[in-house]
Amino acid sequence: MVSSARFFSCFLLLFSLCGAENVISAPVQEIKVAYLAQEKKQPAALSNLEAFVKHKGWLGAKLALNDNNTTGQFTGQHYHLEQRIVALDADVKAVFIDLIKENYQLIIVNLSAQQLAEISGLNNQQALLFDVSTRADSLRSQNCLNDVLHLLPSRAMRADALAQYMRKKRWNEWFLVLGNTKEDGLYAEAIRRSAKKFGMKIVAEKKWLHSFDARRTAQSNVPVFSQVGDYDVLVVADEQGLFGEYLSYRTWLPRPVIGTQGLHATAWHKTHEQWGAVQIQNRFKALAGRPMLEEDYAAYLALRSIGEAATRTKEITAVSVKAFLLSEQFKLQGYKGKPLSFRSWNGQLRQPVLLAAPTSLVATPPLDGYLHPKNELDTLGYDQPEVHCQ
Amino acid sequence: MKLKAILIAGLLFHSTISYSETIFVTLEKDNAIAVVDPIAGKLIKTVEIGQRPRGIALSPDQKSLYIATSDDDAVIIVDAETLKLIDKLPSGEDPETFAINSDGSKMYVSNEDDNQITVIDLVNHKAEKTVSVGVEPEGIAVSPNNEWIVSASETTNMVHWIDAKTLEIKANTLVDPRPRALSFTADGKQLWVTSEMNSSTMVIDVATKEILHTIKFSIPAVGQEKVQPVGVVIDALQNWAYVALGPSNRVAVINAKTYQVEKYLLVGARVWNLAFSPNQERLYTTNGVSHDISLIDTQNHKVTKSIAVGRYPWGLAVKK
Repeated sequence: MVSSARFFSCFLLLFSLCGAENVISAPVQEIKVAYLAQEKKQPAALSNLEAFVKHKGWLGAKLALNDNNTTGQFTGQHYHLEQRIVALDADVKAVFIDLIKENYQLIIVNLSAQQLAEISGLNNQQALLFDVSTRADSLRSQNCLNDVLHLLPSRAMRADALAQYMRKKRWNEWFLVLGNTKEDGLYAEAIRRSAKKFGMKIVAEKKWLHSFDARRTAQSNVPVFSQVGDYDVLVVADEQGLFGEYLSYRTWLPRPVIGTQGLHATAWHKTHEQWGAVQIQNRFKALAGRPMLEEDYAAYLALRSIGEAATRTKEITAVSVKAFLLSEQFKLQGYKGKPLSFRSWNGQLRQPVLLAAPTSLVATPPLDGYLHPKNELDTLGYDQPEVHCQ
Repeated sequence: MKLKAILIAGLLFHSTISYSETIFVTLEKDNAIAVVDPIAGKLIKTVEIGQRPRGIALSPDQKSLYIATSDDDAVIIVDAETLKLIDKLPSGEDPETFAINSDGSKMYVSNEDDNQITVIDLVNHKAEKTVSVGVEPEGIAVSPNNEWIVSASETTNMVHWIDAKTLEIKANTLVDPRPRALSFTADGKQLWVTSEMNSSTMVIDVATKEILHTIKFSIPAVGQEKVQPVGVVIDALQNWAYVALGPSNRVAVINAKTYQVEKYLLVGARVWNLAFSPNQERLYTTNGVSHDISLIDTQNHKVTKSIAVGRYPWGLAVKK
């Protein structure tokens, strides 16, 4: 590490001595970025068709590293991405402290909301953290972490995207079905908030209790379970995917399923190909051998944001990168047809949210007609007046 | 005997499509080109051409039509009269846009997925060289004196200045996010570059490679994020420049001397590329989502007509 730093400072010296007017200059500014994640336990899954993807996110960062270094050839900059994936039983906090000691000021973090809050507590503003994993509304509305930028849409943004589309379809009466994990509860809360915000009505609400073997009984149980009177759509809150897939085509009434299954809201989807998206889908597939997932997209955007800051300002400290990324000057191309930027009040990346069915992209809210005085992307999620962060 | 037959066929063809002015429009989703008579205001015919045609240009002598058929990984040459295939050029993968120098001897193709430009010799139809550029090269142009090839990379956000003789990058200009199209002024002194994500167009001084001026677009009652500049053209007298503003469905009319936006003209949905009529009295636009082209009177700056052409019109070339 030390020797490479010395190597580069020598290079810098050589360059200033020669005063060479080389346009494609050799790398002179080294930009150090770390990627911190933890191994994940393979969760229980409903179907064996969808293979468990290890290390979601990492290859997105890798793709952005390649892109940034291509640009770096022309700007005399070189990006180094340090991967630290912590074992399941190891201590993430200790690894984070090491990174700080090694003077990593830009860290992409792929950890749970709780772990993110913990390392932010240890950070003392020394590094700028790029959260590529959480969707927690609390971190974006109540307990904001002002050293963190969130790349993925929050649950509120996802629920608002669905609600905008439902409003447009006039599918106003919702039957909410939620699982019994804490995350399902948070998703259901976001759905209730959006229903209120967009004038929807939750006419029935039920918990899926897992009190029977769903694999055998879905056919017979869902029709009984779903006899709640009339409604327009069934909204399911099942973030882990333990039962939601059973609902479509099995309800008592013929009604579409939306939420975490059926028509779902996501930052990225394999069916998305507008606005140049085909190009990044192809480049990612060539690198990873699989379609890009939303964590990969988030990590890609995180490192691309750093790249934009470094290209345009040449300043790479946590403070200067944060200042640039929160400024009006920052506009990121994210293959979703609108320039992306960060909300200064909670560090959330403004972005269109994709509404996708398994093999088709249905809509990309914000939809036409949902107006906002400043930026229509702010019709999704917590807007400035609703946020109570210090 | 055979030659005679071809000649006769050629004559017959000639008599059927010999209009005073013809527009060829690539139809991205129809795998075809539309042939339009703008004077009569009519679609004459649609001709199948290859998978996903996008970039299109005429040779300087107007005899050949070059079309990037992206999903066939080729730029094809067709006879501009008969529309029969002459040859396929080795363009590299997924060609979208390309530029031809003024004597028609070289073509430069953007290969977006490979971050490179392919140089093709148009005399012997061979790929000569590739030049590595930034991430996702798209817009490409050759300076009127054939000194510079400029390539805009959409993700690197730069214009690369390639020396046409040595094929080396001599300079890079950092521009606003997601540069799309670029166009030299007729005198070769300025390069105009559109930025899709910043709703802007930059005027670059060719001598210094520096940005002289940035024009920002803002349309009353249209969301700023819908104002996404793509195609740009400047008239030969350098009085007016026109920028297609994508999903805002407008074309900006800019005074090319003062850089003031004088007007926004409402055209079809998602207006993308632009081309002048030979005498520059009219400007034609491709409107991707409304499947038509618009005709603009450049004397009065009024939209006079729209003509339905087919699914997803992308680019256009105008023949005398």
